[in-house]
Amino acid sequence: MTIAWTSFSPWASLAGGLLIGIACALYLLGNGRIAGIAGILAGPLRALPSRERLRRQRTPLAFIAGLLLAPWLWRVFAPWPVLSVDVGPGALLLAGLLVGIGVRMGNGCTSGHGVCGLSRLSRRSLVNVLAFMGAGFATVFVLRHLAG
Amino acid sequence: MGWLTALLSGLVFGLGLIAGGMANPAKVKAFLDLAGAWDPSLGFVMAGAIAVALPAFALARRRRTAWSGEPMDIPTSTRIDGRLVGGGVLFGVGWGLGGFCPGPALVALATGWWPAAVFVAAMLAGMVLHDRFLAG
Repeated sequence: MTIAWTSFSPWASLAGGLLIGIACALYLLGNGRIAGIAGILAGPLRALPSRERLRRQRTPLAFIAGLLLAPWLWRVFAPWPVLSVDVGPGALLLAGLLVGIGVRMGNGCTSGHGVCGLSRLSRRSLVNVLAFMGAGFATVFVLRHLAG
Repeated sequence: MGWLTALLSGLVFGLGLIAGGMANPAKVKAFLDLAGAWDPSLGFVMAGAIAVALPAFALARRRRTAWSGEPMDIPTSTRIDGRLVGGGVLFGVGWGLGGFCPGPALVALATGWWPAAVFVAAMLAGMVLHDRFLAG
């Protein structure tokens, strides 16, 4: 194993993590809810196309609005980081489908099971986290070191 | 006033994702690439987030309602089954393939970046597909 020292960013990542933790704490104590993005998206999605039902999704919709505003606020104060992907649109479509189905089937993602689940010491979340981390490591290994 | 704490939570969550490097799929993949040039940064994101959220959950357990007056809605299920594991595996394969998970993909989408738009469109379709046809 070699460490990518040039891109390793422990302090920025720790600071980012603290902010995410603060956001989860605020959503939990302020709204009584788990800041899991998969679940937050699922409510409004299920309510569509009924306007009546969508109106009851104000809390998750406000969270999503904040999430979408974040890069714009960021750009007022700091340069936008360079983002890159190493796969084409076909692979991104497949990735999106798998993530969409997977997070609903397993009832959570990196935030709901990862951050919030582990923070409330849920064994159920730990099992899901081990499954997606293991599958993530294995997928990148196959793509980069076996198929590549 | 519930919408205000929700909006702020989303905003701070997004800023944290950007600061932590999660919005960049290349960085996520470098974290998942144990056998290559490994970038352990995202482990620090997780550690920082849990360091704050863990005491918050301990605090929340002692409350019946949130500041907004909404009831505390903390999951109670302890069921460990095939759907929990299988869902995690499907999610992990997609995560490793694209380098996007749901939150960072939404943040990157908001800047109008086309790969995030493609990913999010498919992800929302996948969620609807599951809830309509695969929900157990």
